Amino acid sequence: MSTRIFGSGIRRREDPRLITGSATYTADIRLPGMAHAAMLRSSHAHARITRIDTSAAAAAPGVVAVYTGTDTEGALQPMPCAWLLPDAGLKIAPYPCIAKDVVRYTGDIVAVVVAERLHQAHDAVELIEVDYEPLPAVTDPEQAAGADAPQLHAKDLNGDAIEGNQAFHWTVAGGDVDAAFAAAEADGVVIKERILQQRLIPNAMETRGAVAQYNRASGELTLWNTTQNPHIVRFLCSVVTGVPEDKLRVIAPEVGGGFGSKIAAYPADFVTVFCSKMLGRPIRWTETRSENYQATTHGRDHVQDVELAATKDGKITGLRCTVRAGMGAYLSTAAPGIPTILHGLMLSGCYDIPALKEDVYGVYTNGVPVEAYRGAGRPEATFMLERLIDMLAHKLDLDPADVRRRNFIPKFDNGHEVVTTLNYDSGDYPGALAKLLEHTGYQALREKQKAGPANGRYLGLGLSSYVEICGLGPSQVAGAIGFQGGLWESAIVRVHPTGKVHVFIGASPHGQGEETTFAQIVASEIGVDAGDVKIVHGDTDATPMGWGTYGSRTTAVGGAALAVAVRKIRDKAKVLAAHLLEASVEDMEYEDGRFFVKGSPDKAKTIQDVALMANVAWDLPEGMEAGLEASTFYDPPNFVFPYGAHLAVVEVDAATGHVELTGYTALDDCGPQINPVIVEGQVHGGVVQGIGQALWEGAAYDESGQLVTGSLLDYALPRADGLPPIDVISTVTPSPHHPLGVKGIGEAGTIASTAAVYNAVMDALRPLGVTRVDMPFTPERVWRAIQEAKGS
Amino acid sequence: MKVPVSITVNGRRHEHEVEPRLLLVHFIRVLAEQTGTKIGCDTSQCGACTVLIDGVAAKSCTTLAVQADGAEVTTIEGLADGEQLHPLQESFWNKHGLQCGFCTPGMILAAHELLRTNASPSEAEIRHGLEGNLCRCTGYQNIVRAVQDAAGAAADRK
Amino acid sequence: MFAADFDYYRADSVAAAGRLLAEHPGAKLLAGGHSLIPLLKLRLSAPAAVIDIGRIAELRGISVDGGTLRIGALTTHAEIAASADVQRHARALAEAAGQIGDPAVRNRGTIGGNIAHADPASDLPTVLQALGATLDIAGPHGERPVGIDGFFQGVMTTALAADDLLTAIRIPTAGQSQGSAYVKFPHPASRYAVIGVAASLTSGTGGGWRTVLTPGASRETVCSNASVAIGGLVPAPARCGAVEQALAGKPLSDETFAEAAAAVGGDLGDDLLGDVFASGEYRKAVAPVYVRRALAAAASRVG
Repeated sequence: MSTRIFGSGIRRREDPRLITGSATYTADIRLPGMAHAAMLRSSHAHARITRIDTSAAAAAPGVVAVYTGTDTEGALQPMPCAWLLPDAGLKIAPYPCIAKDVVRYTGDIVAVVVAERLHQAHDAVELIEVDYEPLPAVTDPEQAAGADAPQLHAKDLNGDAIEGNQAFHWTVAGGDVDAAFAAAEADGVVIKERILQQRLIPNAMETRGAVAQYNRASGELTLWNTTQNPHIVRFLCSVVTGVPEDKLRVIAPEVGGGFGSKIAAYPADFVTVFCSKMLGRPIRWTETRSENYQATTHGRDHVQDVELAATKDGKITGLRCTVRAGMGAYLSTAAPGIPTILHGLMLSGCYDIPALKEDVYGVYTNGVPVEAYRGAGRPEATFMLERLIDMLAHKLDLDPADVRRRNFIPKFDNGHEVVTTLNYDSGDYPGALAKLLEHTGYQALREKQKAGPANGRYLGLGLSSYVEICGLGPSQVAGAIGFQGGLWESAIVRVHPTGKVHVFIGASPHGQGEETTFAQIVASEIGVDAGDVKIVHGDTDATPMGWGTYGSRTTAVGGAALAVAVRKIRDKAKVLAAHLLEASVEDMEYEDGRFFVKGSPDKAKTIQDVALMANVAWDLPEGMEAGLEASTFYDPPNFVFPYGAHLAVVEVDAATGHVELTGYTALDDCGPQINPVIVEGQVHGGVVQGIGQALWEGAAYDESGQLVTGSLLDYALPRADGLPPIDVISTVTPSPHHPLGVKGIGEAGTIASTAAVYNAVMDALRPLGVTRVDMPFTPERVWRAIQEAKGS
Repeated sequence: MKVPVSITVNGRRHEHEVEPRLLLVHFIRVLAEQTGTKIGCDTSQCGACTVLIDGVAAKSCTTLAVQADGAEVTTIEGLADGEQLHPLQESFWNKHGLQCGFCTPGMILAAHELLRTNASPSEAEIRHGLEGNLCRCTGYQNIVRAVQDAAGAAADRK
Repeated sequence: MFAADFDYYRADSVAAAGRLLAEHPGAKLLAGGHSLIPLLKLRLSAPAAVIDIGRIAELRGISVDGGTLRIGALTTHAEIAASADVQRHARALAEAAGQIGDPAVRNRGTIGGNIAHADPASDLPTVLQALGATLDIAGPHGERPVGIDGFFQGVMTTALAADDLLTAIRIPTAGQSQGSAYVKFPHPASRYAVIGVAASLTSGTGGGWRTVLTPGASRETVCSNASVAIGGLVPAPARCGAVEQALAGKPLSDETFAEAAAAVGGDLGDDLLGDVFASGEYRKAVAPVYVRRALAAAASRVG
């Protein structure tokens, strides 16, 4: 079975602890002497703090300490931004862990209470008196960029003035875009659209939290944290709290989903560390869900003005856009790279577009900082293009599938450079769409649609062809684009005397199932049973450096590191086996965990035989070191570019504006699938998150900057009963540069599905004359659009 | 004011003097030290805290410990029979009905409730029966499959 | 989320509950807790004392006596939704109870708590309006029946006094030629009703005396009695008098329902409920659709 384990949908090894309630998440950790922290967060979106009185809180039952920004000033450095976007006039505003003078969003921490019991901490938070002098607030990125907008920050960290709330202005351009538009104006078509990518709340089911345990005697600190990247947290925690990296251990225990919201380092985590240092006690802080909405990073929040130039026969000649990206009150850890590098470089998608230009303005607003959220920049890029292509199709009265076909990059299997200078690895975009259309009976659905509405319900079909960039990425590129870290991954593989294996890996999966897929990689490469491979991750004291799990990079980069390391094991084992069989290495063959001389498969040494000898070292070839262990730092030569095509089918009730998603098919190509069951699960979840953006989700602020959608009573997440079954199919195009040929799949579903659903709803509404509706498609918005179209 | 309560959690009786405002979920997690039951929200929406009170599903974040005085509570830790997983646990495992696992304890107990009241539900009935439990990872599809699988397995045993 | 601290008393009878209410002015009654506990957790309510009536056996259960369906105040939504008696005699109520919250909420939430809470987005108040329920209320001076009309006075405001205890809900059982239904547009996040419409229709033979005088005249089935209520539109669930009048004596047909439904809201004033998800204007505009659907569903059940 060993070689066939690659590609097998085996059950996940993570599951037994999860289905029995025996897994340990951060909030489940309880240490001797542990006290509890609760944060007081600003009740204003923008205000000057004129007075804080903590005396009543400090005197409340069980309260150990109350700290404000005065206490942490100097002790906690400002929160760092770790993506220093070059050539963009980046202005990083000071981001204190606890606000002392001015609060800039309703999640800003104003004080922290530590108490013996959790409810005592929460009770005491209610007793802190804060006087605020309210300042005008702005939460819309376009308004914030306007001339009369309230200004959030006077100066950046370098003392340079921040003007117009502008955090950066980044551009990407290629080809002669002005000529393309001039030609299209003269003898072609130009499509213009304003697209609002609404603010989304990631909603990992586990809220964020931290447990900090400082040992005064040793000066060592252990931080358990709900993070996607413990090594980055260690790095940044050291910078902010002053605990040296060698005395700092960060553990990501069981982590209940992240979707990008657990990439950033957060003030509350370091405030928890501060409390532990001050008090010499373990401190636990766990976010409530409402607090999560107020303080854990949000996603998207773009105002996009897009123009597309094309010939009269539907060939795209140019794309031009201006994006105002709301960044929230401060720049979160990776925030500047999301609406720029991960967005702008993918603007041409899977199409041959000769010219484009984009201006992205990052704008400070009085909202929660905006960070990566599943797809992170790429859904916003895919949506832009897929929407405009459908509009072009309607304008030219062509089928949307046809317009896509006229513009696809032809099939390629080893590199294709696009106008943004990226070099896509491999793809067959026309093939993907063709298979999707055939599988779904697209033509028959179009025929059905022609019959007209039934009972006032209008049928709509929506396509979305996408290519995305993931497996981030070559470290040299990381440096060039201002990412303050490498993007390689590392793995250590250690084979024990009995042939059992330990893998220590820097990646930090949190629900994706890589404990299983990594074991499958090891099993398939050296022929051990997958059940004999233990994967250790998420502990900076136990694992080599890793840059974390995000950007669909864990299997793509961490998996590659593991494959390279385990192949080193196999190479060494082969030399040792040759020695034991008294043969030359050149004559050796390997198959399914067995090493033998060519032509004599019966007389073989198994990986277990070799492991025993390597470890006892009684009889090794001259010069060979004992042990069977290998480590790798794998720096990918390029990104990987998964792609696919999705179809959404909807029915819209014209009388009420209700949208029902009645069918969804996803075709994705992530290269060879290590575990197809896990791949399918990633597609299901990703697709549904994108559907959520189209149909239900959206964070809303009122004019004073209060979050109106402040809890799960107002912010609608997809539920089991609002969804059709998702039909998942695939094609397999290996990446030419990856050791296993694999690409990422974690975000693909989300990148494709919002556009597919949006296009389907607009397709349904087309006979009613509706041309534009902002997401999400609430019944009222759809109904209003129908009424307005009737009136016009 | 403190009130004496006696609650049996997974077969073990726990007697404590508690503040009346103590939620059952905190009783279970802190006093009974069974942390498998999760807290995912603060508005009774997510279902992560779902447990069985005298065999019937309830949201333990919307129940006071004093209300469960004298009751038998079953959490995810109490569902298996020793080493033998409950059929629903097996089905969630077999059908990849979980990813990060945080919603899973509540989801499995909500599925338990569904099958208690409807032994052979249709797909639509399963989706409806899980309306009170949020999952952000799976898109629910494999959860539905897992419940179908468990229902089918139960039917086969009969 | 932690409630503010409060004192707790458990009543084992209606009489004991009354005594405790008298001893602790301002105390809140706790039944299933699914309306009260969320408010306590958000500290929107912080009573000094809570009186737990959840174990009073006499307040529980469903019975039919003659022409009356009696439901004890502590009966859960799940029990109501699953009850054969409720399904037979008050179909709309079973239908609405089965759409409240989710299964775990329905297992503990009670009809009495729901009504006393009087959330304008709740389902049961609307249904009870349409079904002409009578509420039995125990107060300091004994028990009194209160008609559902006028019980709901506004957002979370009822005719219950601070020392009153709702003990039971009585509903006239549906006759042979009567059918009822509840149609709901749930909020996608909270699952509360954005719009909820309950309708109860009774059919009779149309034509009246003319059919006697005019041999051969058709004796079509018409609406002899209609009771329609809407929730989510105005601050308290309201009977739709204009709709009912438009139905009277008309044939039970789609045309009648569409025509009658169009009249909804015309007599309910301009104080419309609305929020960021669905404005008052939108609710009013689409209300006829839900009224029409409720009427059609109720008519399909007329025996």
